[in-house]
Amino acid sequence: MADYSKPLPVLEGLTEEFYGWCRKGELRFQRCTECSAWRHVPREMCPECGSTDWDWQKSSGRGVVFTWTVAARPLHPAFAGAAPYAPVVVEMEEGVRVLSEVIDCPPGDLAIDMPVEVVFDAVTPDVTLPKFKRIHR
Amino acid sequence: MINLKNRACIAGIGETRYVRKPGSGLSQLALQLQAAKNAIADAGLSPKQVDGIMPFPNLGHAEEFAANLGIENLRFAATVNTGGAAPVASLRIAAMAVCTGAADAVLIPAGWNGYSGSRARETVSEDVSSLPGGVIARDYYLPFGLTAPPQWYSLMARRHMHEFGTTAEQLGAIAVAMRKHAQLNPNAVMYGKPLSLSDYMASPMITDPYRLFDCCLETDGAAAVVVTTAERALDLAKPQVTILGVASGQPYPADEITNRKDIFQTGLSIAAPEAFAAAGVEPRDIDFAEIYDCFTFEVLQQLEEAGFCERGEGGEFVQSGRIELGGMLPVNTHGGLLSEAHVLGMNHIVEAVKQLRGDAGERQVEDAELGVVTGWGDFGDGSIAVLGAGG
Repeated sequence: MADYSKPLPVLEGLTEEFYGWCRKGELRFQRCTECSAWRHVPREMCPECGSTDWDWQKSSGRGVVFTWTVAARPLHPAFAGAAPYAPVVVEMEEGVRVLSEVIDCPPGDLAIDMPVEVVFDAVTPDVTLPKFKRIHR
Repeated sequence: MINLKNRACIAGIGETRYVRKPGSGLSQLALQLQAAKNAIADAGLSPKQVDGIMPFPNLGHAEEFAANLGIENLRFAATVNTGGAAPVASLRIAAMAVCTGAADAVLIPAGWNGYSGSRARETVSEDVSSLPGGVIARDYYLPFGLTAPPQWYSLMARRHMHEFGTTAEQLGAIAVAMRKHAQLNPNAVMYGKPLSLSDYMASPMITDPYRLFDCCLETDGAAAVVVTTAERALDLAKPQVTILGVASGQPYPADEITNRKDIFQTGLSIAAPEAFAAAGVEPRDIDFAEIYDCFTFEVLQQLEEAGFCERGEGGEFVQSGRIELGGMLPVNTHGGLLSEAHVLGMNHIVEAVKQLRGDAGERQVEDAELGVVTGWGDFGDGSIAVLGAGG
């Protein structure tokens, strides 16, 4: 863990809360208590209705691959040894999309609409990243 | 809305040499000052007659431009914080400024040592967090290795390929057209280096679906323009190039690229109808377009969102020479960011002015009377100007 050298989120404000839930093994998104709209990334206000009241509600953890890219040439020094790797956009059942990765799928096997579910990767004692694995049906 | 049609114009243009190895040998400021000085002289003005400056975001302050150029009466200074959309968006603000009397003549410079200085590709955490939406990128994209612009935008390219069947060959047609045009432009970095579709297909992947030749150049260079009123320009040195319509727009949300309800919507989707309406023309009336080509797919996407073709038809539109000189809509007649130089899109405005003055030499579009220039920046901010020859 001590030698983890990839960029980490800065744990402040709503971002600290989002990743705090991940650290507890839960993927939660903000949901407006006024109009029930889900949202991600975290925001101070509901852009649908203007409400400032919301809860962190638990996601089903399931979604589908929406799109991805395959980084063949790393463009950041911390990912120099990681290529090829694929940042993936997952569309969750709640409708929000999350940028992450699918840990058990080689980039060449990714497909749009592939079903995936969340897993948690504790990359440092403070930071747990939400990642995904395939749901085999 | 007050229409500024025909009331402001681009009176002067300036450029430096565009180079890669061994670099410009000048500081970023010195490079931009050279282009600025050329643009002011081209307009037939003296620096003392310039009273507005609109620097590119994070590439210099109006104060230092003024102090070096001898601009003693600086009374209008502003920067539009939309990355590569800023030069064209600045045309809009400059036009508003000169038409309201907030300034008489506004200098808009842009330039950098994008090859020999800090490279566009070397995005690190501190760089992205200074962008609009950069904190989101830092906290939600970077930890997963989505670190740089080609990776952000290739997410949209893949989705477009999925929904509309857009192909690698179609993206390649864009790279080939830009390179073909650069063969007619001695200041293009890729002058003398033609590119075939098979060269394109054989080029290494950078971030699939983007190959090397889908990506713009990294270059040292600067360009600048001077905006003044149409009335004032009558007394100046060069034939008028008039701003007929100019607009900016933002995608929604602009600070986050993955959660848009409409993933292909960009700032241009909002800006283009406004600019064409103000100009009183339709996309089909346009003689040529200089489209911000950070990557090939962004050209295709902007052609669709600007209304040159329907969404989903861009792939077919860019094939069969339609966007080449002699085709229906020549695009990036100078070679663009892909094959002339990455001068932050300011080189696109300069090229449009050359075309409308009839000064484009071997690459002149015949009877060019109406041209479009677009800008694209950050997570898809957009800008567009419809420019016309004569008063």
